[in-house]
Amino acid sequence: MAHAWVVGTIVGVVAGVVGFFVVLRGASFVAHAVPLSSFAGAAGAGLLGIDAVAGLAVVAPLAALSIGWLGRRRRSDVVTALVVAVLLGLGSLFLAWSNEYAAEVYGLLFGDILGVGTGQIWLSVALGAAGLAGVAAVYRPLLLSSVAPEPAASRGVRGGLVEVLFLLLVSLVTAMSVPVVGALLMFALMVGPPAAARSLARSPARAMALGAGIALVTVWTSIAASYLTTWPIGFFVGVTAAALFGAARAWTALRG
Amino acid sequence: MTGFFSSGPVHVALGAGAAAAVVSGVVGVFVVLRGQSFAGHALGDLGTLGGSGAFLANVNPLWGFVGVGAVVAGAMELFGVQRRRGRDVATGVVLGAALGVSALLLYLDTTTTSTAGATVTVLFGSLFSASPSSVPEMAGLAAAGVAVVAALYRPLLLSSVHPELASVRGVPVRLVALGFLVLVGVTVALTSMVVGTILSPALLVGPAAGALRVSRRPPVAMAVAAALGLAATWAGVVLSYLSDRWPPSHAGWPVSFFVVACVFVTYLAADLPGAIRRRRARRGPCSPG
Repeated sequence: MAHAWVVGTIVGVVAGVVGFFVVLRGASFVAHAVPLSSFAGAAGAGLLGIDAVAGLAVVAPLAALSIGWLGRRRRSDVVTALVVAVLLGLGSLFLAWSNEYAAEVYGLLFGDILGVGTGQIWLSVALGAAGLAGVAAVYRPLLLSSVAPEPAASRGVRGGLVEVLFLLLVSLVTAMSVPVVGALLMFALMVGPPAAARSLARSPARAMALGAGIALVTVWTSIAASYLTTWPIGFFVGVTAAALFGAARAWTALRG
Repeated sequence: MTGFFSSGPVHVALGAGAAAAVVSGVVGVFVVLRGQSFAGHALGDLGTLGGSGAFLANVNPLWGFVGVGAVVAGAMELFGVQRRRGRDVATGVVLGAALGVSALLLYLDTTTTSTAGATVTVLFGSLFSASPSSVPEMAGLAAAGVAVVAALYRPLLLSSVHPELASVRGVPVRLVALGFLVLVGVTVALTSMVVGTILSPALLVGPAAGALRVSRRPPVAMAVAAALGLAATWAGVVLSYLSDRWPPSHAGWPVSFFVVACVFVTYLAADLPGAIRRRRARRGPCSPG
């Protein structure tokens, strides 16, 4: 429980910051696809008897890069849908091989606050720090190419490279978040809170900070509620994120 | 293989798979043309809500999938923001909330009823355990879906490739879009019965995208997509049946895995002629891009 609290806090901050770019680039589908595909990694790790985070850390970037690479020329939404399906299919195959109990499958998909070990705390700290450092390092080109791709290209920003870096950031957040929040609901944290923040704040830095704050509130509420009710944390994350998004929209609409 | 043709679950699997594959090939061509893969994927995931609710209420999951698919598709189109980016975020947020509720329903399924396998059945499908009565129901829905596409064919095609021209010519573009998305919802419900909710987009989008690489003419592409989908589904059923004797567990590999893998292979194979042509064109002089 205390472990989940620490990891959840890191997850909230990093998901809020990276999610700002997810919303800005209109990349909800990718943010949903990468965690889902990485389910194969977690299932494969279960088969090999190693830590789920290790499997996630290998498969999430692979999935992100194959989506980016296959989608260069073809219709990227079709390719994304197919890559996700193939990796999920592989995940179901690994599950069939390893005879996992239904509860473990369920935890991987919908999150498990009791499934966080001591080792994962340090791993999450490292991954979270890497994620924030990555955002800081590519902040300007990433922002420029998200808002205005053509002027960015004329200023020498390489759109393809930035896209790859963005996908790697998403996969980093995925690897640390899936054990806590689950593969199916992870993306709710990367879309709902940043979208709410974006409609409230004007400057990018403020939107990022506010997004991280709202994501933190979402995660903390969800962990507490899941602990009290024993209901799955994924339920609370999905519903809280949507409710906060709705509240932010209503607030801006009322202020006109 | 003699046991294969006399096995009841195999007959059900082949029949149900055929119905889903044919209608998803026909509808999928328009999904790809309209660039609605995310919507198709979202509808599949949202079907989890219906499937898990159906388990809780102890009714055939097919009707849970169909009910939620049709209702949610209508709601998505009605509330959908016209701007593309707004729609992206709106879909994402709605999807998150619905998946959250599905998580709760599946949790209640496993704790209050004795359906411990509900999570895997709803999400990853179990074609071999479909009830025999599903086959005529699914065939009827599939036939209705193909009939709707045939009836709406011209306005649907025009508003897919050229929305402005369609509205000038008096096609009710919004209404067509609404009707089509409801149709996608029903189609995804059928494919969910075959490969489960989170794999259903593969059967909807994969064969259609492959077929559109073979031919740009919609009627031809639809026929090719239906054939590719049917081949992938039946090959999946056969392979899964044979895998009973394969390592490591001798318990059979999941049929959904084989179907999705076959869909992916056919998609890549359908792209081969085009890729070879592009490579030749690049080598030749004065190639037009």
